[in-house]
Amino acid sequence: MTPTDVARYSLPAIVLHWLLALLILGTLGVGLYMTGLSLTPTRLKLYNWHKWAGMTILALSALRLLWRLVRRPPPAPPMPAWQRRAAAASHGLMYLLFFAVPLAGWAYSSAAGFPVVWFGVLPLPDWVSPDRALAEAIKPLHRALAYALAGLVVLHVAAALKHHFVDRDGLLRRMGPGR
Amino acid sequence: MIKFPAFLLALTALAALAANSAGAQTLVPAGSEIAFTTRQMGVPVEGRFGTFTARITLDPKKPEAGSVAFTIDTASARFGTAELDGEVGKPTWLAVARFPQATFQSRAIKAVGPGRYEVTGQLGIKGGTREVVVPVQLAPGGAQSVASGSFTIRRLDFKVGEGEWADTALLANDVVVRFKLALAGLGAP
Repeated sequence: MTPTDVARYSLPAIVLHWLLALLILGTLGVGLYMTGLSLTPTRLKLYNWHKWAGMTILALSALRLLWRLVRRPPPAPPMPAWQRRAAAASHGLMYLLFFAVPLAGWAYSSAAGFPVVWFGVLPLPDWVSPDRALAEAIKPLHRALAYALAGLVVLHVAAALKHHFVDRDGLLRRMGPGR
Repeated sequence: MIKFPAFLLALTALAALAANSAGAQTLVPAGSEIAFTTRQMGVPVEGRFGTFTARITLDPKKPEAGSVAFTIDTASARFGTAELDGEVGKPTWLAVARFPQATFQSRAIKAVGPGRYEVTGQLGIKGGTREVVVPVQLAPGGAQSVASGSFTIRRLDFKVGEGEWADTALLANDVVVRFKLALAGLGAP
């Protein structure tokens, strides 16, 4: 199969993939950086932006999952069965974490006594009541889930690059811009 | 646990007796609270003062002759979050070392309806003074009456949150003060 024959994802799926890729990487980066800061206006802004971005990731991921159920992904290029299974497993896990990471962050914020107000305008409901002990329990969970997502992203990118540049199977074109 | 309220009641009764002879009311700390809510980037953040005392003389039949004075220990401000609790006393915020007390002294009390009053007075925080009009709802009870209400002040009027924290897009200027005061010794209205 030549690269030009590779079936591409639908345009909404491609747009959501890259938009979420940017949002997730940015939010992970801000999350890593902000926790080490002392109480300054900068930190306050970063925390709020991090929460707003997290809630945006949650909403867009729901949309993306719905779209994926409506429009199934195109067939992948030929590859060994174990690679197909590994790809399916890592995609499934990533989808799980697209929801689990922001939900844990949201719960942590509520438990810590700071309800999330999306973009400073829309107050989101607390589905966890303020509770210091609970907040302290959720915090490491949010962090561990985020690290797991970061790890899967690294694996995902490495696998995609390997397919494209080593196997030369044109895999990246599935998610690339059209001509 | 069972003995405590009984003891408190006895104390309250005693205080009420003493207060009545002086024509004044006594604040019962256990049933009282002074809380304040600010907003940081749209997120409400609530704190409260743990220690405050009051001198209140109010005859519900002749409210205009009454007087209300409060002294609040600024160092008793708590948010319930270790980090903010450690921050609020600093010079940028309440500057508790220089200004250990916030005060309120009434100038006029006006009845505006059944059980409702408007208390006008001087509020002093961090060396700044502003006149405020405080609406008060009074719910009379047997041994204890409860006065409650809320009013809004502007933190920058009192230089609370200086320098980089003066940005009101980050931290709203409006601070809502909410109070509930248990008073012993208030005569039946």
